[in-house]
Amino acid sequence: MIEVRWHGRGGQGAVTSVELLAVAAIAAGKYAQGFPSFGPERRGAPVAAFTRIDDKKINVRSGIYEPDVVLVLDSSLIGLVNVTDGLKSSGKLIVNTPKTPEEIRKELNFQGGVATVDGTGIARKEMGVPIANTTMIGALLKVVGVMELDAMKDAIEHRFGRIAQKNLNAMKRAYDEIKIIN
Amino acid sequence: MGKRVGMEVAVAVAEAVGLCNIDMAAVYPITPQSHIAEHLSDLVADGKIDAEFVTVESEHSAMSAVIGASGTGARSYTATSSQGLMYMHELLPIASAMRLPITMAIANRAVSGPLNILNDHSDIMPQRDSGWISIFVENGQEAIDMSIIAFKIAEHKDVMLPVNINIDGFQLTHMVEPFEMPTQEEVNQFLPPFIPHATLHPARPVTMGAFAMSDYFTEIMKAKDEAIKNSKKVILKVWDEWGRLFGRNYKPVETYKTDDADILLLTMGSMGETAQMAIDELRVKGTKAGLVKLRLWRPFPFDELKAVVKNTKKLIVTDRAVSFGGPGGPVFSEIKSALYAETQRPLIYNYIYGLGGRDVTVKDFTGMFEKVLADTGNQAADTYEFWGVRE
Repeated sequence: MIEVRWHGRGGQGAVTSVELLAVAAIAAGKYAQGFPSFGPERRGAPVAAFTRIDDKKINVRSGIYEPDVVLVLDSSLIGLVNVTDGLKSSGKLIVNTPKTPEEIRKELNFQGGVATVDGTGIARKEMGVPIANTTMIGALLKVVGVMELDAMKDAIEHRFGRIAQKNLNAMKRAYDEIKIIN
Repeated sequence: MGKRVGMEVAVAVAEAVGLCNIDMAAVYPITPQSHIAEHLSDLVADGKIDAEFVTVESEHSAMSAVIGASGTGARSYTATSSQGLMYMHELLPIASAMRLPITMAIANRAVSGPLNILNDHSDIMPQRDSGWISIFVENGQEAIDMSIIAFKIAEHKDVMLPVNINIDGFQLTHMVEPFEMPTQEEVNQFLPPFIPHATLHPARPVTMGAFAMSDYFTEIMKAKDEAIKNSKKVILKVWDEWGRLFGRNYKPVETYKTDDADILLLTMGSMGETAQMAIDELRVKGTKAGLVKLRLWRPFPFDELKAVVKNTKKLIVTDRAVSFGGPGGPVFSEIKSALYAETQRPLIYNYIYGLGGRDVTVKDFTGMFEKVLADTGNQAADTYEFWGVRE
């Protein structure tokens, strides 16, 4: 089972991303959970959201405390929120930033895998908006490889209709452009 | 058989209700039930279901509206949570006394104060004696299934009582997870049209919810008690039928690895599957642990429960509500009283946990087992404890 914790700010779409990812994983024949950090949420305030994906039925319903992967949608949260809290030492940290993985590793002193991509830059170019939640699904799928990028197509189309293709393009670019160090 | 899909459970519950040919719904939104209210109103507004969605100004009015509608013979639905359910409280025994087969989803949430929007069972417990059939679900699939099944139970001529389906708030309502959604054809096959035994109609005047003084009140209370006790036969029959059609079998008391168990833990609601993982861990270490899941809260399944627990040595009952100044959690006191007359019965321990959304992990459950097993002198038997409380 893979457990992912997403860090974002209210309004950046972390909850939408975990929902889309879970729906797509289930459609691809896997078992998955997608859930927000329960409780009130405010636009701009730090939020977390969670994904579990497995090949067999998932029974656990508690929160995720030791994720395999942490995905940071908004790099301004680094320093404000302890994004590597509980992250397994063998785990992977994915950050939406123009910085290199080496810079992030140094900044956070995290010795596991680090991956970076300028998701916001890509989202701006491909969709004209600085909202990188769907873009970063591409980054995540490159790093964890639990399913093909194409598996996201139906869920994205169902959700975004005529702007779905732009989201898919941005997702593909993040998938291709992400830099990973182990 | 429906295809396995992923969807948020609250949305799926509204979808399932949408398959049930309802005539009306009156739902006042409240966290964490809101997505049921929103999605159901979408289904009506988009013309996907032919029903009246009554936009009321409160939960008191929501329950009043479904009582009135059900009295006219309309298949009527509502959903609420926490304070909303408390606000409905005075109407709940009226719905059951009038023998109206309303169904209601409760996205279980702690009641104030202090204000808290997260999950526990303190909203449903004060409604225990309202004369409603009360079912707890464990996962999204069960929430969908019971949302459909509830109409058939409620409307059965030998039942004619309202049913509430308890779906843990957030833990279940806000979870995107996989399940099979029955098709419209399958639901049509399972759920016959509602045939009320009497209806409010200007051309055929009847009185419902009439006045009764001491000369008849006792008899009416006794009739209501008999009605809900008798409903169990129908509940079992309808669950069997569902199992035959859909391959998912439901029982009033569910068991997991109980056959040879020396020590059992009992849960109600969404904690069951996490507790199941604790049982697996303990079994690997050689502890003969088992799990009992209580699905049917009213009518209380006395026989089924006794059969499962009476031969075990120790039984841990978990509660997600407090009976302040009482004998322990409400589930605990119910089970103690169910076993009182048995010559052979387990020592019973009670942990009150998961209040106001406090997360419960596999480790919490293994910890409960370890603590009870370490109590070799049985000092803590028959007592209750707030699990994990900071003092």
